[in-house]
Amino acid sequence: MAKITYIEHNGTEHVVDVPNGMTVMEGARDNGIPGIDADCGGACACSTCHVYVDPAWTDRLPAKDDMEIDMLDFAWNPGETSRLTCQLRVTDALDGLVVRMPEKQI
Amino acid sequence: MQNIVVVGAGQAGASLVARLRAKGFTGSVTLVGEEAEAPYQRPPLSKGYLLGEMPLERLLLRAASFYEEQKITLKTGTRVSSIDREGKRVLLADGTALPYDALALTTGSRPRMLAPVIGGDLEGLYPVRGLTDVDAMAKEFREGARALIVGGGYIGLEAAAVASKLGLKVTLLEAAPRILQRVAAPETSDWFRALHRAHGVDLREGMGLAKLLGRDGRVCGAELADGSTIEADFAIIGIGIHPDVTLADAAGIALDNGIAVDMHGRTSDPAIYAAGDCASFPYRGHRIRLESVQNAIDQAEAVADTMLGAEEPYVPKPWFWSDQYDVKLQIAGLNTGYDRVVVRPGSREGTQSVWYYHGETLLAVDAMNEPRAYMQGKRWIEAGISPAPEGVADATKELKSLV
Ligand SMILES: Cc1cc2nc3c(=O)[nH]c(=O)nc-3n(C[C@H](O)[C@H](O)[C@H](O)COP(=O)(O)OP(=O)(O)OC[C@H]3O[C@@H](n4cnc5c(N)ncnc54)[C@H](O)[C@@H]3O)c2cc1C
Ligand code: FES
Repeated sequence: MAKITYIEHNGTEHVVDVPNGMTVMEGARDNGIPGIDADCGGACACSTCHVYVDPAWTDRLPAKDDMEIDMLDFAWNPGETSRLTCQLRVTDALDGLVVRMPEKQI
Repeated sequence: MQNIVVVGAGQAGASLVARLRAKGFTGSVTLVGEEAEAPYQRPPLSKGYLLGEMPLERLLLRAASFYEEQKITLKTGTRVSSIDREGKRVLLADGTALPYDALALTTGSRPRMLAPVIGGDLEGLYPVRGLTDVDAMAKEFREGARALIVGGGYIGLEAAAVASKLGLKVTLLEAAPRILQRVAAPETSDWFRALHRAHGVDLREGMGLAKLLGRDGRVCGAELADGSTIEADFAIIGIGIHPDVTLADAAGIALDNGIAVDMHGRTSDPAIYAAGDCASFPYRGHRIRLESVQNAIDQAEAVADTMLGAEEPYVPKPWFWSDQYDVKLQIAGLNTGYDRVVVRPGSREGTQSVWYYHGETLLAVDAMNEPRAYMQGKRWIEAGISPAPEGVADATKELKSLV
């Protein structure tokens, strides 16, 4: 289980507990947190689950695979700290993670 | 408008009701669905869920609490039996009536089955459309079991991949000269044929099914078009779907390869809309019907917007994907009408993209483990930009440098 803070683009914060084994995307979906569309449901095919990870966390997360790197390149306004939340699986090590939503997904 | 009713609680229905609330609609919203579960994603049914890697909770499109929080009345396990257009109400199978000011039909599609004369009524046959189909099939997925897959479209091929991964002996029959004939170029078919053969699937193209063979009422094999026979412990039927127009048809709503809607998702009855697999709509001078998550979401959202007064037409930006073994196929655009195909070798081992053109105009891209080609192609197609085919074919040139 990890406590994750999702911050909408307008600043609204949602702090929720997400069980291990789920993805960070599913944590938002299952708690009705807006701003992550996840149209493909986590298949790494839509890039509409993009967030900016808090800089303190970028090196603490599992590395991106080639698929995620390439998809992110084409996400809306990607940056150094960008991740696809459907590719981030929750473990205890993610406790305290903070992610910020982009202004839009596409 | 006070009262919106949506019939069919699948991908399109769920997107429609969520959009109504996201856009600030405060009237009553009711979503009625025949299946027992809250709206769920179908794509994993032939992928991760079938493989046993994804529990039911993860399939749900929204948490069950979402509907309550959003004041959406979700009636699962409830079939709508008819529409009373004069009285503006739908009748439920239990006899109750739901009045509407606006009604949306998001009834999806039904799998085609085989005719009883060729064994379509035997036990041990499974379509792959809903959770009940896949849950019923699970007991057949024992290592060493002999699976017969009828149909080499995406669903048949995905099922073949899962079955072979789980150690079943898989035979796949495709009556057309090649797998994926209806949806892809020969280059893409060739790629997937090689992939499945490398995984030991006995893939037979140009080979129709004469009939299924049964023993004690249960399938035990098949006789093929050439007179040969094969043995099987069960069969998966993946021979396509037809749009579910039952309600619309009985209510006298205009049909044309599905429920015919205009660019705004309106049917021939001004109070009734349709979206998703069940709806056909005008696109570039023809009428098309798409069977994809992209279309279900975007067309349903367009219908919600129309109901609330927007005038923007729905113009699809098609995309699709398929997972087979460790290959992710991503498709951007629609290849209908292509007259030229360019193959671009991939940037890594075991990757490739296939680019469809009509003359000099880029129509679509099939990308196999090649997300860069998919995303770049998608951008170009959506922007109406066509890179020169010769440039695309040259893998030493960066895609971004071509335009
Ligand atoms: C196994 C499988 C794999 C797929 N893989 C992909 C993929 O990888 N990528 C992709 O883009 N697409 C994929 N698709 C297609 C995609 O899932 C569909 O296009 C999408 O679900 C269509 O959404 P829909 O809402 O129109 O229909 P559905 O999701 O089928 O929902 C329609 C619902 O309406 C209900 N209904 C019908 N009539 C009534 C009635 N009279 N009363 C009450 N309820 C009724 C049905 O029970 C059903 O629940 C796949 C489909 C399947 C089956
Ligand atoms: S949900 Fe589609 S890429 Fe993450």
